Amino acid sequence: MFKRWRQRVTFTDIVVWAIGIAIGFAVVYGTIVTWRRAEYTPEQWINLTIDGLKVGGIYALIALGYTLVYGILRMINFAHSEVFMSGPFTAVFLAMYLDKIGFYNAQPLISLILVTLLSTAVSITVALLLERIAYRRLRYAPRLVPLITAIGASFFLQYTFRGMYGNDPETYPTLDVLQGVWMLGPVPVPKTDLVVIASAFFLMLILYTIVQKTKTGKAMRSVSEDKEAAALMGINVDKIIVFTFGMGGASAGIAGILYALIFSQVHFYMGFIPGLKAFTAAVLGGIGNVVGAWLGGTLLGLIESLGPNLFLSGLGIPAANQLKDGIAFAILVFILIFRPTGLLGERISKTKA
Amino acid sequence: MKTETTSIWKQSISNGLIAGALCVLVSLVGMVESFGDTYIVQGLITLGDFILLIPIVLMTYTTLSKVSGLRRTTLLGVSAIIGAVAGSLLTLLILLGQVVDLRIMFINASPALFSQLMRGVPLPLGALVPPLQGVIAAFIGLGILLIPARPRSAVIQGILWVVFLGTLRDQILLIDLFKSQPVSTVLKSVVFSRSGLTLIGALLVFAITAGLSYYRSGRNKPATVTVPTKTQKRNRLILIVILAAVLMVLPYVLGIFYSEILDTTGLFIMMGLGLNIVVGFAGLLDLGYVAFYAIGAYTMGVLTSPGLGLYHLTFWQALPIALLAAWLAGIILGLPVLRMRGDYLAIVTLGFGEIVRLLVLSDWLKSYLGGTQGIQSIAQPKIGALEFDTLQTLYYLIVIGIAIVAFIAWRLKDSHLGRSWMALREDEDVAQAMGINLVLTKLLAFSTGALFAGLAGTLGAAKLTSVYPHSMTFIVSINVLVLIIIGGMGSIPGVFVGALVLIGLPGLLTEFEEYRLWFYGLALVFMMLNRPEGLWPEARRKRELHEETTELVAE
Repeated sequence: MFKRWRQRVTFTDIVVWAIGIAIGFAVVYGTIVTWRRAEYTPEQWINLTIDGLKVGGIYALIALGYTLVYGILRMINFAHSEVFMSGPFTAVFLAMYLDKIGFYNAQPLISLILVTLLSTAVSITVALLLERIAYRRLRYAPRLVPLITAIGASFFLQYTFRGMYGNDPETYPTLDVLQGVWMLGPVPVPKTDLVVIASAFFLMLILYTIVQKTKTGKAMRSVSEDKEAAALMGINVDKIIVFTFGMGGASAGIAGILYALIFSQVHFYMGFIPGLKAFTAAVLGGIGNVVGAWLGGTLLGLIESLGPNLFLSGLGIPAANQLKDGIAFAILVFILIFRPTGLLGERISKTKA
Repeated sequence: MKTETTSIWKQSISNGLIAGALCVLVSLVGMVESFGDTYIVQGLITLGDFILLIPIVLMTYTTLSKVSGLRRTTLLGVSAIIGAVAGSLLTLLILLGQVVDLRIMFINASPALFSQLMRGVPLPLGALVPPLQGVIAAFIGLGILLIPARPRSAVIQGILWVVFLGTLRDQILLIDLFKSQPVSTVLKSVVFSRSGLTLIGALLVFAITAGLSYYRSGRNKPATVTVPTKTQKRNRLILIVILAAVLMVLPYVLGIFYSEILDTTGLFIMMGLGLNIVVGFAGLLDLGYVAFYAIGAYTMGVLTSPGLGLYHLTFWQALPIALLAAWLAGIILGLPVLRMRGDYLAIVTLGFGEIVRLLVLSDWLKSYLGGTQGIQSIAQPKIGALEFDTLQTLYYLIVIGIAIVAFIAWRLKDSHLGRSWMALREDEDVAQAMGINLVLTKLLAFSTGALFAGLAGTLGAAKLTSVYPHSMTFIVSINVLVLIIIGGMGSIPGVFVGALVLIGLPGLLTEFEEYRLWFYGLALVFMMLNRPEGLWPEARRKRELHEETTELVAE
């Protein structure tokens, strides 16, 4: 028994598990210390949770683009963060114009719809152009080639938008309707947060329905299983891939507007960090899986907003919030090491992974 | 026959639209205007014009080179349409700019840009200028296509040299060697004008470079590589000696301005050689490579800086420790990561790079690593009375460092280990079946790469006498990656070519800095689509990449 175990476990496994256990211990210890000190009031915890949920919803929407494309093409669309950036960075000019003529606050709903439509349209266009110009010719190339292309495209897009719209951040005008708080029982919740959480949730629901219940969604799933077999069954693979990129672009464009509602500032580099985190979310939930993207996004948002206060400050680390991004990246690293299939992922065979 | 001609007309319109869209994009991104007063040839053409018109030239060339057997009139007509359509899009942009103020959104769509696009002609008539210009550019593309193959490449090279030298006029005159009286006056009065080349200078440069290239392409190359004879070996030795002599005097001949660029390029060559082992030889895409540079630089800083006051070692005492730290970091980061393959590995290394940066930035480690302010007054190397404290003296250390690193990389490449790396790159499972120890081989690749980056980091810290977390971003990793990809993955001379083209050249053009990453992105995409093996490909890699595509086409 012991001999068999020794044969199966290599030196790397031991090191990896040792690191994992050490980190797990640190997290548990920090959490206990924080709880016993009772540094934060319950209200603060609720606020942090809401923060986590709203960012998590946005991550989930962006993660959907990564997940869908990875599911079908087995490539990380590194430029998806720029698909996310392009929409809100363009739509901000419409929002500013509408604000200048006084329409923005007079008709908030129509304005928001118009701005979202523009943002979505731009994001979809960028996603489709990427697919058509860069990725389509590389569908059968060695695996690193599309990834490097995507990195190149990402930089090209970033600096194209910087060149066109300028280096400085632009600010979305404030919507008076969304100022203030709603009372959720005894807890005041900012209206913006609630709107963002609710719309992200409903959007994920709609996208889930498209993938799981419609005929196109069925075709998408079959293409991601096996392209050749799908083509033999009469599915137009090219069309499905284009549709997938479009869908990813649309959800990124809407996620961009939600992001702008919360943070209000947009600039050419805004896509990089959310993009990386959304990818983390996709991996966390199990890449290639729509529900996984939602679960991963929400979890990542929660861990990221609760984590620093929960266990890092318990370990005696000052200004723990600076390490918020570090926690997200550490999760990415450890999920990929310990469970590369993610939380909900099916075990991907070696040829696929 | 008829359908073919109609399709080529249709194609010319759609390709003209694409070229036009590219022209509009280039204008809106701001390149046309910011290079609008950098003349290539005084009074004739600026770098802005060149960048504006190059899409039309290229589009005409590629459109027409794909079809054959067209009559001369058709060729002329097609290229005229491409040029005119593309130019009309620019006119459309100008007219739109008259109606609404585009500057609210596109910061570069200023009247200055429009007047430049119209070459200063006022509006009603000026609207005709861009299409006219487009047609001329398209005819140039057609002209290049019609030249037979051998002189064609000579002409293209000649043009590129003219653009290159014309653009770098100011920088060339900064070279110390050219500052002496007679040379300087000749250069300033005959070859160069106030900005760019004179017409005579341009013709001169074109004639010399194109002639040389024509002459060189005419000589027969040996069909196969033979074992070098004794004289060839001696010739090579002489060449190496000459090269070394030139390298030795370079910083003093070129002056301070160039020394800075040489040093930076050298550090990137060193990093490139390291990453080349990881990505090029072993095929492990590492996107967090800057972390090892940071570890080298920060170890040097912590150990030698009196500012932090933790230790007071000299440069040479700290060097082995810093190298060991980088090497160990390579192993420690490598161990857990190496179980993954392909793009997952890329993302995890990217995550690692960011974690290192965030840790360095945090208040938590501020008393050890200096936080956002970084570490100042790092020790500079010193041998006896010889102090390496200027850019020019440090250059020699960097050259020695590169020589060592390049030698190691070159010897490793065809060693047992190097072959194992390449087997790993080609197919992990097969490599394992052949008895290669995956973990050890991968770890060695990772740690060797980390070691080289650590060396670059220590020298970089000594060069600036300071380190800042803000100079350790993801962009640096991308820079290194781009240079080895452009040079040719797995190719050692490719690293040098890539670094000179991508780090040295943009370093010369300070106004170019803003568009550097734009060009990097474009270059990456373009290279991956058209020439994935790079500018100076490694023979095996080239075969590999092309084999795969031909097979798939056959399928």
